[in-house]
Amino acid sequence: MILGFVEHESGVPEETSLEMLTMARELATDEEAVLCAVVFGDEGAALKDELGPYGIEEIHHVTHDRLEGYAPEGWGESVAQLVSDLGASTVAAAGTDRGHEVLAHAGATLDAPMATNCVDVTGAGESYEVRRDRWGGSLVEHARLEGETKLVTAAEHEYPIEEAASTTEPTVNEFTPSLEDAHLRVRVERVETADEEGIPLGEARVVVGGGRGVGGPEDYDKLEELADLLGGTVGASRAAINEGWRPHDDQIGLTGAQISPDIYIACGISGAVQHMVGCKGADKILAINTDSEAAIVQKADYAVIGDLHEVVPELTDAIREVT
Amino acid sequence: MSDSDFPSSADTVIIGTGIVGNSLTYHLAEQGRDDILLMDKGPLPDPGGSTGHASNFLMPVEHSKEMTHLTRRSIEQYDDMDTFTNSGGIEVARTDERMDELERRVQSAKSWGEAGRLLTVEEIEEMVPYVNTDIIKGGFYSEGAGTCDPLRAGEVMRARADDAMEGGLTLSPNTEVIDLHVENGAIQAVETDRGTVEAGEVVIAAGLWSPKIAEMAGAEIPLTPAVHQMVSVGPISFFEDYEGEISFPVVRDMDTQMYERQHGNDLEVGSYQHRPILWDVEDIPSIDEAPLSPTQPPLTDDAFEQSMADALEIVPELLDDPEAGIRHEIDGLLSVTPDGMPLLGPIQDVEGLWSCAAVWIKEAPAIGEAVAQWMTRGWSDIDLHGSDVNRFYEYGTSRKFVENRAHEGFQKIYGIVHPAEQWQSSRPLRTSPFYDRQDALGARFFEAAGWERPQWFESNEDLLERYDDDLEGLKRPNEWDSRWWSPIILAEHLHMRDNVAMVGDMGFGKFDFVGSDVVDYMERMAVGRTDVDVGKTVYTPILAENGGFVSDLTIARLGPEHYRVITGGAAAGGDRAWFGDHIGTDEDVTLIDRSESLCTLGVWGPDARAVVDSVVEEDVSHESFPPYTAQELTIGEVDCWAMRLSYVGERGWEIYTSMGQGQRLWDIIAEAGEEYDIRPVGMGVYGTTGRMEKGYRLHGHELELEYTPAEAGLTFHGVKDANFIGKEAYAEALEEDNAATLCTLSVDDHTSSDGERRFMLGNEPVLNEDGDVIVDEEGRESYVTSAGTGPSVGKHLLMAYLPPEYADEGQGLHVEYMGEQYPVTVDVVGSEPLFDPENERIRS
Amino acid sequence: MNVLACIKRVPNTGAKIVLTDDNQRIDTSNLGFTMSPHEECAVEEAIQQVETHGGSTHVLTLGPEEATEQLRTGLAMRADEATLLETDGEEWGPRETASAIATAIRDLPEDDAEFDLLLFGNESADMANYQVGVRVATELDLPCVTGIKSLEVEDGVATAKREIGGGEEVYEIDLPAVVSVKEGINEPRYASMRAKMQARRQEVGRLEPDRTEAPGTFEKTRLEAPEADDSDAMVLGEGTDAVPEIVELLESEIEVL
Repeated sequence: MILGFVEHESGVPEETSLEMLTMARELATDEEAVLCAVVFGDEGAALKDELGPYGIEEIHHVTHDRLEGYAPEGWGESVAQLVSDLGASTVAAAGTDRGHEVLAHAGATLDAPMATNCVDVTGAGESYEVRRDRWGGSLVEHARLEGETKLVTAAEHEYPIEEAASTTEPTVNEFTPSLEDAHLRVRVERVETADEEGIPLGEARVVVGGGRGVGGPEDYDKLEELADLLGGTVGASRAAINEGWRPHDDQIGLTGAQISPDIYIACGISGAVQHMVGCKGADKILAINTDSEAAIVQKADYAVIGDLHEVVPELTDAIREVT
Repeated sequence: MSDSDFPSSADTVIIGTGIVGNSLTYHLAEQGRDDILLMDKGPLPDPGGSTGHASNFLMPVEHSKEMTHLTRRSIEQYDDMDTFTNSGGIEVARTDERMDELERRVQSAKSWGEAGRLLTVEEIEEMVPYVNTDIIKGGFYSEGAGTCDPLRAGEVMRARADDAMEGGLTLSPNTEVIDLHVENGAIQAVETDRGTVEAGEVVIAAGLWSPKIAEMAGAEIPLTPAVHQMVSVGPISFFEDYEGEISFPVVRDMDTQMYERQHGNDLEVGSYQHRPILWDVEDIPSIDEAPLSPTQPPLTDDAFEQSMADALEIVPELLDDPEAGIRHEIDGLLSVTPDGMPLLGPIQDVEGLWSCAAVWIKEAPAIGEAVAQWMTRGWSDIDLHGSDVNRFYEYGTSRKFVENRAHEGFQKIYGIVHPAEQWQSSRPLRTSPFYDRQDALGARFFEAAGWERPQWFESNEDLLERYDDDLEGLKRPNEWDSRWWSPIILAEHLHMRDNVAMVGDMGFGKFDFVGSDVVDYMERMAVGRTDVDVGKTVYTPILAENGGFVSDLTIARLGPEHYRVITGGAAAGGDRAWFGDHIGTDEDVTLIDRSESLCTLGVWGPDARAVVDSVVEEDVSHESFPPYTAQELTIGEVDCWAMRLSYVGERGWEIYTSMGQGQRLWDIIAEAGEEYDIRPVGMGVYGTTGRMEKGYRLHGHELELEYTPAEAGLTFHGVKDANFIGKEAYAEALEEDNAATLCTLSVDDHTSSDGERRFMLGNEPVLNEDGDVIVDEEGRESYVTSAGTGPSVGKHLLMAYLPPEYADEGQGLHVEYMGEQYPVTVDVVGSEPLFDPENERIRS
Repeated sequence: MNVLACIKRVPNTGAKIVLTDDNQRIDTSNLGFTMSPHEECAVEEAIQQVETHGGSTHVLTLGPEEATEQLRTGLAMRADEATLLETDGEEWGPRETASAIATAIRDLPEDDAEFDLLLFGNESADMANYQVGVRVATELDLPCVTGIKSLEVEDGVATAKREIGGGEEVYEIDLPAVVSVKEGINEPRYASMRAKMQARRQEVGRLEPDRTEAPGTFEKTRLEAPEADDSDAMVLGEGTDAVPEIVELLESEIEVL
């Protein structure tokens, strides 16, 4: 049996879990095993209709009167007990915080091997050939995963979400684990909404950076305006700091802040090594630069070839209209 | 650029977009080149070489005139591009010995026309409040020093080049050289991963990758990547109140071979004190593989330990700032050459291939300018002879040699280096057949162009007693003055003047030229008339088009279509390139390098003829073998060729034979000379004492591109009818009044304030009656070009160019040495010898 | 409060990683080494907690002799003590590693003062197994939470927060506990020059761990370096004409509007 740990939000499965099911279903098909899901939470049973298209035959819904909300050890222990109960050969989860955490606990309890961030798993029975991401995806590891019980997580966004050839009618089995105090000592006590005001450079989700191309201290106002609209923060290159246009603390780079935003909008920055080291944590880089051969344009994900003094104000206006 | 845009041809291809390549491109554009491809394997603006990690400060005052002038000119350029901040710089001294060295810095500052003065501890505290003044004794302040932004300067220069060339500049970053195509000894094309570009002129400005690229053309650029450790500490709260990059002078802690300089709210701490760490260029990672950049590998921690202790001692308050930490630490890779100087100029053996490598940020803009001038018109405003890429030709290009010298030279970067200091590694490398005999006689060998040359012989110590009276007052009590020196040199000199001496081998460059066009060719090369009778010799300047000195050397006519050129060992590589490059493509002239096959033994002194006559088959009487002629001789069993001339002003010959028979020649002369008490004497006599008394000029000292033959007093050739390189400028210089004239001066009083007698060693500034450095109307400072004792005239002699108002025999002036002024008198204006002015000894 | 931070020595790589000829490991001949970024935050967190509450900070690693370099980095950040679980340099799997660390922790610190807080990086930069902390906690029967980006300790209780879409999950855990932290929980300090110098002279404790056999295996056969995507940036347009494309990008792709 292949058991997939399906995360969901009020009965709607997470995309990453559906991706994982593509991996799990391939395994189930190859070894002609039953594909099952394990779900937690009050709305777990509601997944019956959601998971049918993905070929799930059984949904094991974990319920326990002391399991309110997420409890890493309690969930891991529950999965472990379920595996023992069902004799599942493989447990799969999405390569998310929760997926990794629950499987790690289950694996520790079962003393079973675990392969994370897999991009390809093949084989049957007690031996799998695994390919998985290492070094943040810079390397792929080929490995062998062997054991009576095997744990695998699917790297996020590596597997497509695919429906099964034929839709199933999953049965829902309630499973009540036997839990002790120790399994419930760590749990989500509450959920707080994030506070996004006055974010330091290192933590900002959006960073607008200005370099020598900004031309002077006064023109940083344009960048400030854009950053404010996007809930972001303004930074600067060393060249601009050296000119005295911005305070030292605003420097992004080797000897300044290391940023890791969802997007870094680099305006009039050439892309010196010292600067690029500071923004390599950015998910995406958008360069606005007059020089299409500038290093930053080579390294960025997106580029606009143009003068920031024209592009940025117009962009700010356009965003105002949209929001 | 996409591959399809890559040009198929360009007039000039420049490989490397660091500060050097950019500067060269800009200046070539200014000089009129209008079709240049500038390429690099890395991206712009920072392609990943040494330009990207330098600490970027410029301290203009060095003991080398060439480097000081290049740095000053570079500062002007950085400033013009608005990329220079004038912070000033201070070299601090922790020891008395270093304070003396800083006095010498002041001396050099004055000689090279740069601002520089000593600072007291209190003054330093005032200027740089964070320096721990408890451990320093004083400092040298360089007012002109500052910091630059070479990446920004590169952008400006590219933009200016683009403007000047009106579309003639093609920029191709991210383009890697795969091969250089050479045919018939000339560069044809550069093959890259984006395509092949044909070019007749290719410059390698690829920093520490240069040797690898030169190798593709079968050429050699002798440098090695070496580590300079640097860390950046911040944020330092002290700097928060100061805007911008730098508000305090750069501090060089000379005795620990380190520097500390503000960079924003960081302090950059760099070191040259750590053990030398050399890299193999093949081990340097690619841009993609390197976490920072290829030339910024991680800091080798254990090598930096002492540097940290020393830095914490000199700037404790800043480095102990509780908020501050080491934010950046690297083993910065830079290029180191066997003698620490750059590698510039046309590369021997591959026509059209140039080197512009081993250049530091501080001199790069000026070097780009000078090399551009060299490429476009054949000479540069600033003489680059100390940086000629060909100076290691035929001896110093091996990996082992480069590594050994780089290793040894690394400690000299901030060291106190005596002007006569000798290298210790890779020796002996080039030895003449006399070497074993000389070694047995206790020769103290100095090295020139790899050749081992005796400076003096300990076996001549007995002469000290004989000449004790004559040497009174000429011995040097001060340790610095007498370092790398011996009074035996003076005694050897006197013995030669009284009896006879043998000198050799001098390590000359010896080049034969043959071919049906050789007469016209040689006339074109030399100022002196060379279409002379077979058997004549001509001592002549070799000029660039501007009339400045490329070299001075002797040309002998061996046959109707055969000349031999003899030049100093240090200049041999550069001269060979100069002569080789000027052979026209259709000209029937072949250059044969005899440097490694012939050796030279000088036999000079009143008894020289008697000695030679006793063993030679031919008639060597004054009439049969007149002065300034050359003949073949058979001395004992040895076939020789000899010139009757003398750089020490004595009767005698320079005798040449094959290296194989050299030792036999030595033995024959030594044995024949026994009854005349012939002594081997060293280069101390040949190169200094003898030459100074005779007023003979030395290339690189008196003779530079910046001075004309008229100023140097070498106009005895007049203006010949035949055309020659530099003729126009030379003829003009002869017409004009000299802005300065080379004079011989002598020291009137050697006594320093503490009563010790001091002896100048060269490069000291010459001061007028007001104590100001003398400057001629072309802005050139008067300084001591050579210094040496003349035992036969009983004086310490100095040569210096002086403007007309001071160039009067008997004129009293001053020379500054180690912070004190000494009275001197102009003895000779022009080239007349102080000793034997009529050259009777040579002519008898 | 005694805090332990467990770290791992990893190569400091550039954009392109080069493998050895046998494809078994990264060619590190021209690379420096560092500790994984999450672990750097673990060390910083340990030091900050001790700065707030008093006590002592201990850094520990399992690795070859050369890994003392990373322990010294921890000491230079002002950790008090360091221990190396010395291996022959082979890559140890997460279960073996966890078992060796758990064993060592039972023996440390020497004065029997137990660790109140055991910090790990959420996952190592090189292997990314996401499980060593959890497995150590299980072996030692300690409560454990992973993926933490905020940590406060008061009266023996740690309040830990984990980022989720639009907010944070808050955990309250009695100490002693194991916490795996993520980058962003703090700004790791740069070691001061003096601290770095002193750390070089500080003693590092050494233990020789046993490599335990576990049922089932997870074994590397080889590594592969996929072709790097060095394609140029997608050019959205020139000048202000590109504005609509930028808005679209921010809205649909990046989802920051």
